Amino acid sequence: MESSELSVSLWRGAREGRYETYRVPRHESQTVLDVVTFVQRHIDPTLSYRFACRVGVCGSCAMTINGRPRWTCRTHVAKVAGSGHLEIGPLENMPVIKDLATDMAEFFEKWQRAKGVFSPSQTRQDPIAQIRPDSPARIAADAAIECINCGVCYAGCDTVRWNADYLGPAALTRAWTLLNDERDDGDVARLQAISESGGCHSCHSHQSCQELCPQALNPTGAIAGLKRRSAAAYLKGEIS
Amino acid sequence: MSARHIKHRSSGLWLAAMIHRLSGLALAIFLPFHFLVLGLAIHGGAGLDGFLRWTDQPLVKLAEGGLVFLLSVHLLGGLRVLVIENFPWHDGQKQLATVAAAISVVVAVIFLARVF
Amino acid sequence: MNVRLYIWQRATATLMAPLVLGHIAVIFYATRQGLTAADILARTQGSVLWASYYGIFVAAVSIHAAIGVRNILSEWSPLPDHGAGLFALLFGAALALLGFYAVAAVVLV
Repeated sequence: MESSELSVSLWRGAREGRYETYRVPRHESQTVLDVVTFVQRHIDPTLSYRFACRVGVCGSCAMTINGRPRWTCRTHVAKVAGSGHLEIGPLENMPVIKDLATDMAEFFEKWQRAKGVFSPSQTRQDPIAQIRPDSPARIAADAAIECINCGVCYAGCDTVRWNADYLGPAALTRAWTLLNDERDDGDVARLQAISESGGCHSCHSHQSCQELCPQALNPTGAIAGLKRRSAAAYLKGEIS
Repeated sequence: MSARHIKHRSSGLWLAAMIHRLSGLALAIFLPFHFLVLGLAIHGGAGLDGFLRWTDQPLVKLAEGGLVFLLSVHLLGGLRVLVIENFPWHDGQKQLATVAAAISVVVAVIFLARVF
Repeated sequence: MNVRLYIWQRATATLMAPLVLGHIAVIFYATRQGLTAADILARTQGSVLWASYYGIFVAAVSIHAAIGVRNILSEWSPLPDHGAGLFALLFGAALALLGFYAVAAVVLV
């Protein structure tokens, strides 16, 4: 028999602050996002948090729940509130704007720095490129492409925490997908970008990113691929 | 805002990576002493023999067992990294990591059994 | 530089994997009964094999440990990158010096 109330502690403040505890009604089939929303609408309208689609496709609602970064809209309370208590804080490794909302500017800036941007090799005047979906490169790209930039992997990465320069699993995974995209011709510049200080060689294969990714992506594997490609390019003299 | 009880750090693979780093650091600190001891032999065996007699104590033997464990676990952890970085991905790595730790313990225990 | 350090780190690791296995075997064999200096020196003195095996081992471990220490310092200590690099370089040089001295100590007659 589940109790009809849930005790939930939410981070209030910015870099300095404290956890404040609220009591919310507990329902069957309740997500953590439902709980946060209830607090903001019925208890404390000054609570700041971020969400959009509520159904796990936009990547906006990620927060730290009982010590682990997750999508709040896809986390059932029953799964995480075993002891009847929830502690919810903003994502780690990012500056806190207010309460549960973080500043993701650096996360996206590192995306650019990793050259996680498509560099076209052709124009609209050229015929459409014929890409075989079963080519090894396309299979590798497809396995890594479903990232929705939620920041969970970045928040869970110790190397991001220890090394301010580290580009992080998401940015590096996107670089990997583009390296495997036959239509893209920015390989050399991209391999140089992910070999700079804070590039793929800073990854120690803790595999927290792979463990945490709600899309079941494997950034550790993608980064291993980057290491192989950059080493080969270095030995061939293509990058320095 | 500090990182409070980050749960995914209890993952076996994260632990494997951490043990790999810490064992490497411990071995790096140990090595200069190891070399200095061996260097005692430069003037013949007497200096080294004196040191070796000192190592006959149980506590030292225990420490040596610890060093053998550190060396084994660092080797196996390193092999984990080399495999991840150079071979196709395999699930079931968690089990391999646990087996690697177990093998290291076994090796260290066998060493201790023989020196005591 | 990162790629270069990465390659050296992985290459020395790969080289040392069999050397470490051999070393563990040597440790087990040597300690099968009480270890004395005479036991060691009887085998190592004048041996080109011992000199080569452990000479290569010392060179590899000096490079490998230095790069590893550099990573730990730059991630876990307040030292800036070039400070960590300098410390690691000195550490690696010290290891190599002490290591080659130790090899000479047991190999030279």
